[in-house]
Amino acid sequence: MEIDRLTYMANQIARAFEPQGYEKAVQEAATHIIKFWDPRMKKSMLEGDRSGLTPLAAEAMGKVEAYVAEHAASAW
Amino acid sequence: MGYEPQADFGTPASNSEKLVTLTIDGRTVTVPEGTSLMRAAAECGGNIPKLCATDSVKSFGSCRLCLVEVDGMRGTPASCTTPAAEGMKVHTQTPRLEKLRKGVMELYISDHPLDCLTCSDNNDCELQDNAAAVGLREVRYGYNGDNHLGLATDFSNPYFDFDPSKCIVCSRCVRACDEVQGTLALTIDGRGFGSKVSAGLASDDFLSSECVSCGACVQACPTATLQEKPMKEIGKPERAVVTTCAYCGVGCTFRAEMRGEQLVRMVPWKDGKANRGHSCVKGRFAWGYANHKDRITKPMIRKSIDDPWQEVSWEEVIAYTASELKRIKASHGARALGGITSSRCTNEEAFLVQKLVRAGFGSNNTDTCARVCHSPTGFGLSTAFGTSAGTQDFDSVMDSDVILIIGANPTDGHPVFASRMKRRLRQGAKLIVIDPRRIDMVRSPHINADFHLPLQPGTNVAVLTALAHVIVTEGLAAEAFIKERCDWDEYQEWAEFVSQEKNSPEFLEPVTRVKAEDIRGAARLFATGGNGAIYYGLGVTEHSQGSSTVLAIANLAMVTGNIGRRGVGVNPLRGQNNVQGSCDMGSFPHELSGYRHISDANVRKQFEDDWGVTLDPEPGLRIPNMLDAAVDGTFRAIYIQGEDILQSDPNTHHVAAGLKAMECVIVHDLFLNETANYAHIFLPGSTFLEKDGTFTNAERRIQPVRKVMEPANGYADWEITQLVAQAIGLDWNYTHPSEILDEIARLTPTFAGVSWERLERDGSLQWPVNEKFPDGAPIMHVDGFVRGKGRFVVTDYVPTDEKTGPRFPLLLTTGRILSQYNVGAQTRRTGNVAWHPEDLLEMHPVDAEDRGLKDGDWARLASRAGETTLRVQVTDRVAPGVVYTTFHHPATQANVITTEFSDWATNCPEYKVTAVQITPSNGPTDWQEEYEELSRRSRRIAHEIQAAE
Repeated sequence: MEIDRLTYMANQIARAFEPQGYEKAVQEAATHIIKFWDPRMKKSMLEGDRSGLTPLAAEAMGKVEAYVAEHAASAW
Repeated sequence: MGYEPQADFGTPASNSEKLVTLTIDGRTVTVPEGTSLMRAAAECGGNIPKLCATDSVKSFGSCRLCLVEVDGMRGTPASCTTPAAEGMKVHTQTPRLEKLRKGVMELYISDHPLDCLTCSDNNDCELQDNAAAVGLREVRYGYNGDNHLGLATDFSNPYFDFDPSKCIVCSRCVRACDEVQGTLALTIDGRGFGSKVSAGLASDDFLSSECVSCGACVQACPTATLQEKPMKEIGKPERAVVTTCAYCGVGCTFRAEMRGEQLVRMVPWKDGKANRGHSCVKGRFAWGYANHKDRITKPMIRKSIDDPWQEVSWEEVIAYTASELKRIKASHGARALGGITSSRCTNEEAFLVQKLVRAGFGSNNTDTCARVCHSPTGFGLSTAFGTSAGTQDFDSVMDSDVILIIGANPTDGHPVFASRMKRRLRQGAKLIVIDPRRIDMVRSPHINADFHLPLQPGTNVAVLTALAHVIVTEGLAAEAFIKERCDWDEYQEWAEFVSQEKNSPEFLEPVTRVKAEDIRGAARLFATGGNGAIYYGLGVTEHSQGSSTVLAIANLAMVTGNIGRRGVGVNPLRGQNNVQGSCDMGSFPHELSGYRHISDANVRKQFEDDWGVTLDPEPGLRIPNMLDAAVDGTFRAIYIQGEDILQSDPNTHHVAAGLKAMECVIVHDLFLNETANYAHIFLPGSTFLEKDGTFTNAERRIQPVRKVMEPANGYADWEITQLVAQAIGLDWNYTHPSEILDEIARLTPTFAGVSWERLERDGSLQWPVNEKFPDGAPIMHVDGFVRGKGRFVVTDYVPTDEKTGPRFPLLLTTGRILSQYNVGAQTRRTGNVAWHPEDLLEMHPVDAEDRGLKDGDWARLASRAGETTLRVQVTDRVAPGVVYTTFHHPATQANVITTEFSDWATNCPEYKVTAVQITPSNGPTDWQEEYEELSRRSRRIAHEIQAAE
């Protein structure tokens, strides 16, 4: 999946949760991506260039990465 | 059922709870206070002759045929205008009345053509019936006096004729237009003998007038003056079947009135709880597409999209479909396959398609067209309240004191409900409209919005937050309600946020371009004006902050305490007929029916046990993600039922690239739609007239769809999906949609009490229907929110990344109009093209003049995504800097212009904001010419080519 598109989406999600405070926003953004992204989207983002992510989105993706590592069905 | 006209009680029912008892012709009858004598007589089986009275409009008292005698009352009062009173003794048939009625009828008949035997209304004419009822045997005046018999018929309307020679000037049509429809297009022109029904100016015919062809006048007419054309061509119906309209989310119920296998007319059903006997031009008249010459009724396949189509048998197409799906699954895995359910199909059909994808394909790559319309509603209302649905029934609006419409155009998108809303507004309810355009609800006859906030497209969240700012900072919040019903800590956090100066109307005015004083006035009105109800549409959801806007709407309803009773609430106006249902049925890739996440092992187990399969616990791809993945090579096959994503979804070039990249595109539809240009398999579909099932409308009302004729293609759509399922190895053996509905009820808590038998008995049910709500729930969250405490979510305004600039200085927003529906696949194949033969580009006079454009000129509309040409309509409906068009015609393809930007939470496309430039043009773009050629080539059918050769 195109990394620029996924990066844009991840940043958009992170930005939407931003007003809830940094820690909560990181968790909410990660949960949102876990709940709504297909495994190949997660994989493309996790294995792709994450330099375009905002700090909040990058931290959320870290939590997504941990989730994927623990859930075999999330693998692509 | 056989053919019986619908009962007509003469005058509307009274809502009074106080009862009165009277005697009519010796029979004792008890009715609500305020009931007319005419209605009271009808309710006890009587039938007082009448001409100017019908129960859809208020009594008028002009025809003088319904006279009665009442003991102790002088004269012979009209029964339609005389209310029943306690102890009255009424006589409806006396020698005095007989004489009077005969005299009145004699005068009517003396100026009426006596062509009953050849009249299209023969045996279905109230004038004829009542002439018989009063015993008229002669007309002493003769027929040679002045009369209206030579007046010419107006044939201009595509669906009905107006023959003034048969008009008795009872005003029923005029009053229906006023009271039922609320358009006030008709009037009685002239006086006395010269009185005549007129559609506006003397120069107007029905087509050129303000008439919106809702059919209310036709239904009200007691003679053949206003009559559907098919009644003249086919004859009187011989049977009637009650079914549900397949157009918008209002979900009107109609009697499909049939003669043999021919549909004569669709007549709104008076007992329909969604439409209450009213209709619009689409549902009432625009059903001709069902038999249009473009309809495909034979299955077809082709190896390559460059080949012509080959007609094949059903056996062959199903076998080929299964082999392709199996081949791709074997070589690329289950997650390379997916499907799209249709909001135009029934609940049962949507349920089967998502089941086919999950249980048969083995992936969760199922999505529905709600992705591109109301997916933010599902997300937002679920987050705030705990349910992905509107909170009210349609009747609730009659108890509203302040109506707030945001991002919806009810008169065009949901016209039957708009008529109800206008009725309430005429009674005095206040109105706030938040919309970039001056829609008809802002100002039309007898309607004048108290506030119109013409915001800059893309600033919904800013406006709603500014409204909340005023309510909170001016101490107008309903704190008692909030403390009891909502999470108080979250409220305080939210209240602190909205109170910040950066959210004040004054601070945001440069962004929203709405006068701060108007926002303050609207906020005060909504917070203090009584029952406040919010109605919204795709102008809310189709933005990069669509979900945030839905959350902001929920916040506004909660902070003002406007949830949980009649007259209030949050009401998403669903675009297509079964958007609510298709979402309820588990069409989304992340959740099973009843909005339960696929990752929930307990929920998944119920389905796994019932279906005998193991389900993928991970969410699947959404439609835009499917297209991205197709381009990427990881998504290879798609089954699309009843949707045309090439025309309806944003960024047409990207959609085309995604479809072209797939190995197997299966289109299941009535027509070779635009998506079928890229298809390899075509499964011909059935219309809503050809199958049984249920639709769920915008008020969560589950209503039966009933088969009135055999499917022209041989199978109902649910049967075709079942054939595919069986061919790939699933053991499905449904014999009727009621069995699918039973399965839905078994697996979906909100549908637990729904069955075909109950729907047959009750007519309709509003979910949830279960142990807690055995008869359904017209109003939700009455005793508390479904999620427990209502949740306030901070929604700060984030400007869209779609910016205007020197290259693209204008903002394009898109929408629909009354006569066309969605991509127009149905309505473009009906007489509705008389009103809208092409998409037009609305431009403000200043913007048009700047570019040297006049009304009717061709213009090139370009964005960074693509360009097209269309004609300009110069109007001040839109603000300077904003342009507007519709997306009903493939020749225009407005979605060539729209971009890939989408809602942050749901990927619902940002249709409503695209930066564009407009320049004069002298013809179609290169792309339009190429696309026309592609369409022509891709619609070739082999046997037709051979025949032509």
